[in-house]
Amino acid sequence: MTIFLFFIVSTVIVVSSLLVILSKNPIHSVLFLILVFFNTAILFIFLNAEFLSMILLIVYIGAVAVLFLFVIMMLDINVAKLRKSFLNYLPLASLIGFIIFLELFYVVSQSKLDIAGEASVSLNIGDKFLNNTKIIGNILYTDYFLLFQLSGIILLVAMIGAILLTLRKRSGAKKQNIHDQILRKNK
Amino acid sequence: MEIPVLYYLYLSIIIFTIGLVGIFLNRKNLIVLLMSIELILLSANINFVSFSYFYQNIIGQIFVFFTLSVSAAEAAVGLAIIVIFFRKKDSIHVDDINVLKG
Repeated sequence: MTIFLFFIVSTVIVVSSLLVILSKNPIHSVLFLILVFFNTAILFIFLNAEFLSMILLIVYIGAVAVLFLFVIMMLDINVAKLRKSFLNYLPLASLIGFIIFLELFYVVSQSKLDIAGEASVSLNIGDKFLNNTKIIGNILYTDYFLLFQLSGIILLVAMIGAILLTLRKRSGAKKQNIHDQILRKNK
Repeated sequence: MEIPVLYYLYLSIIIFTIGLVGIFLNRKNLIVLLMSIELILLSANINFVSFSYFYQNIIGQIFVFFTLSVSAAEAAVGLAIIVIFFRKKDSIHVDDINVLKG
């Protein structure tokens, strides 16, 4: 039953990620990207990673995909003009994709994965008493605390950079000048 | 019935290849190019989480957490650059991005 669900979900992922790169309208691309993320979140639930699946829903669908959507709506791109030389790149792209796919497929199919082997760390993900979020928190806030802070700094720098890049002073925009406002004579 | 780990790896290979082909195909639209990069990162995340499950080791999921935050930052900065480029040149054509060419 689970394997049947897995095949349905993975088929949806593959088809919609093909549609992400092939659809004419960028808005449709973003909506199919949201579908890919959603089905990947379902896939993560199969793998007992509930916390990451919810994070995928919140961060990717709620923030990143919506950001893409806003930017596309802001930019007003001409759809028909964008697709003109699509067929020029198709032979090269399919050739390189085919070669990379064959290489990766060969490596994975020939690899001898010792899945039933030792659990290198004593943490048991499927523990009955500890849920997934608790285990991640136990590790993340102790062993990986500095990396956690560093990822926060990366996000802060990205936020400041994005604001600074898109900030512009427009002439004629009305702004509040607090100094003038306080020193204003009362008539 | 348990799903073999190889199925997850094959799925992640397929998504990676689709993202790579997308970078080559969409030479006209920068936004779809960024979306292809997101697909590639997603395939890496599927690999991490599946190995984390099959080896019963939580570190893979923690690494996915960091990958997610870095990819969110990358998407934000990339989209901001696209916005200011569109303001200057009025297009997001990849061939128009040649200002730094000597």
